[in-house]
Amino acid sequence: MSLATMFKRNSLLDERSTWITSVVLIVGMLAVVVLHALPTDHAWHLNGSVVSLLGKYLTYMLLALAVDLIWGYLGILSLGHGAFFALGGYAMGLYLTAQQAPLAPWQAVMAHFPVAALAVILAPGLLALVFGWLAFRSRVTGVYFSIITQALTFALMLAFNRNEMAMGGSTGLTRFDELLGFALAGEGMTVALFVASGVAVLLAFWGCKAVTRSRLGRVCMATRDAEARVRFIGYRVEHVKLAVFVLSAMIAGVAGALYVPQVGIINPSTFAPLFSIEVVVWVALGGRATLYGALLGALVVNYLKTVLTGVMPDAWLFLLGGLFVVVTMFLPQGVAGLMAHLRRRREVTA
Amino acid sequence: MTPTHATNVRPEGMTGPQAGLGFRHCLTVVAALLVWLAIVSPVQAEVTPQRAQALLQALDTDDFDAKAEAAQAIAASDAAQKTRWLEALLDGRLGRERRGERFYIITDDSGREWPIIDAITFEEAGTGSRRSVDAFRINNALRTQLQGLIASLSLDEGDEATRLEAAKRLIGEVDAQSVDTVAAQLDDEESPAVRAELETALALYRVEQGDAAALETLRGNLDTRVRNSLATIAAGDAPIAAEAGETLAGIESKRAWYERGQTLFFGLSAGSVLVLAAIGLAITFGVMGVINMAHGELIMMGAYTTWMIQQLLPGQPGLALLLAIPGGFLVAAAFGILIERSVIRFLKGRPLETLLATFGISLILQQLVRTVFSPLNRRVASPDWLQGAWQINEALSLTLNRLGVLLFCLVVFAALWALMRYTRLGLEVRAVTQNRAMARSMGVRAARVDMLTFGLGAGVAGLAGVALSQITNVGPNLGQSYIVDSFLVVVFGGVGNLWGTLVAGMSLGVINQVLQPWVGAVLAKVIVLIGVILFIQKRPQGLFAPKGRTS
Repeated sequence: MSLATMFKRNSLLDERSTWITSVVLIVGMLAVVVLHALPTDHAWHLNGSVVSLLGKYLTYMLLALAVDLIWGYLGILSLGHGAFFALGGYAMGLYLTAQQAPLAPWQAVMAHFPVAALAVILAPGLLALVFGWLAFRSRVTGVYFSIITQALTFALMLAFNRNEMAMGGSTGLTRFDELLGFALAGEGMTVALFVASGVAVLLAFWGCKAVTRSRLGRVCMATRDAEARVRFIGYRVEHVKLAVFVLSAMIAGVAGALYVPQVGIINPSTFAPLFSIEVVVWVALGGRATLYGALLGALVVNYLKTVLTGVMPDAWLFLLGGLFVVVTMFLPQGVAGLMAHLRRRREVTA
Repeated sequence: MTPTHATNVRPEGMTGPQAGLGFRHCLTVVAALLVWLAIVSPVQAEVTPQRAQALLQALDTDDFDAKAEAAQAIAASDAAQKTRWLEALLDGRLGRERRGERFYIITDDSGREWPIIDAITFEEAGTGSRRSVDAFRINNALRTQLQGLIASLSLDEGDEATRLEAAKRLIGEVDAQSVDTVAAQLDDEESPAVRAELETALALYRVEQGDAAALETLRGNLDTRVRNSLATIAAGDAPIAAEAGETLAGIESKRAWYERGQTLFFGLSAGSVLVLAAIGLAITFGVMGVINMAHGELIMMGAYTTWMIQQLLPGQPGLALLLAIPGGFLVAAAFGILIERSVIRFLKGRPLETLLATFGISLILQQLVRTVFSPLNRRVASPDWLQGAWQINEALSLTLNRLGVLLFCLVVFAALWALMRYTRLGLEVRAVTQNRAMARSMGVRAARVDMLTFGLGAGVAGLAGVALSQITNVGPNLGQSYIVDSFLVVVFGGVGNLWGTLVAGMSLGVINQVLQPWVGAVLAKVIVLIGVILFIQKRPQGLFAPKGRTS
């Protein structure tokens, strides 16, 4: 085996889909920044609100990546990943409100950015650790796990709706002024947040790819396909599941933290079971266990949502519902699977 | 005798002079009935106009004590109009002409010009106003006294319900002047219910006067006024304070028991809603292993069917509701079978995919309802026999609609259980559940059984919708609010076990109600959710685990 093939085999970028995705992400990001920098009267100029919208899509793509990591590679369908996203968002929201006037005395500590950044990762991570430890230890799997994750996010939604939580009740946290000393309202901040989201997506994509290609990733896929067999071989399946589940929750938390300053609000509706299950359909549409499929699905579905809710709001739920049915029945591997299938057919005929 | 009788009958009968009608003593209840008959006939118990004038004249004073005495005198007199007078006085509608000696009752004081009638003859007397008629003023003490007097007057008259109402009003209103009258009324009273109230009223008065023996009568009485006065006495330094405290403690503990009963009832009724919502799932999820996220929307279909049938039968909510029971079942079952045939059967053995596809269907159904009907909530009317409450005693009353849902839930459960246990379909369903391949080789058409089972589960969801329409508004989001709870109930109870669903639903409902007074409704729900999540970690197979290899 030559050094070149070894490098190729062990490099992250040896898969065609991976480097295509990376290139598309980087080029797309640069294009957006350049187009935004064009003079405002230029035909191709992208204004700030579009950049902000694209930034929001990027955070959704990050969330979809987190869901694909556990659903695609570990076979765990979480219907409550919105909870981790929202927790990260609330941590960021607390940091932003604590700049001006914290809602409760204990929240003053969140005014320090390092504390807040830690909270963004630790709050969802800890919840996932405790919840996952309890669930995986007692071997709650399949639909049971899905149902209790849904119950978890539902319970959190009810809890965050209470004013006693000092989290803004049903209004949530809003009216943010500045981030790290810069005004949130400025165009520069919009671009900075967009780029930060893009970089986060890229890093998370590479990170997830690295995990899935590592020994851990192989055990994950083995667990997905035959959990009992992996356990009999001697692996502590619950530890594997827990580690990846916590990692996935942390990614979701970061996505939430990037989402909040771009949207300007975080409220309990993010905990709604509907949102979490929507994330699953992004991944399902794009294609499970491919990572780039999750990114693609999140982008496409959310773009459709933006367009349709503007043009004909009534049609959106019909379309979303239809997507659930069509994708599960006719596209079990999602768009990614469809593309692979077409490519194989072309290779065969060629 | 009610004032209406007087006004209705008098104009013809009383146009002539009333002077010659003479006196008649009619204090007893039997006599009061005669009086009521007498109103219809021209013969009338009456006092002379002069006497009536004098009685009213006594009210015309600024001294409230004198007014109180005058009111007392009116109540004690034989004047047939006395109830009407006292009621008018209580309402501030009895008055004297400013320039003259006639007394009027203002029949309607809403406008500037009031229609008035003569207070003695009840003949219409044109209109009066603030300038021409001086209404007698009363103060709070007098108001209380008047209420007592009117109550004891209505005890003489009217049917049992009126007397019971009057006797209830007397509790806490008995004073030194009226005590003898009340005692006399007690002797004449025949209805045990009215007697009990009068005895309470008298005993409460005697206890307030320091009579320890009367406390015995009040033992275990649940009336709020009794409890309040006993609390005042027990807190004071009267000689019977200790005994009163003891009686009060007895009352409090009895009330506490009834309150626990009330909580239990609320819990069971909330639980029965959960059971109704979950029992259909227990069939589709538990028996067939199919995750149907559109179950909530099937419930919604049942509720909308009820609403539609009610729109088709305006003014007959009872009939509409009875028709909605088969209607809701059939509509939801038809939708269920459609879903099973078109989607679910293609996803057999892929529970996660089934979950997603049925969730998509639920979104479509929700939006369908929004588009076809409206995004707004619809109110479904309740028939008379489901309105109001069944007042068992002062501390315990059961809302009829919730009671109805509870009973309905039990009936549905019993019917389903019997269906599963005794019918051929039930047998086939259980056979397919236990061993599909074996059942098929024995000639059971598994695909048909799947379809019927799913239709049955969906139909039961429709029944749940019919029941829910009686306790909550019907809207596109109705189903969503129950889906998480329903799944938890099924999982908590143990999948594939109807009894488990019943026990789980009822106990979750009761636990929620018990927690509510301490932590509030939302937190109670959060605690229950987290409790169930932890329970499932501890015991993934639920309360009642299915036995054998199928688990």
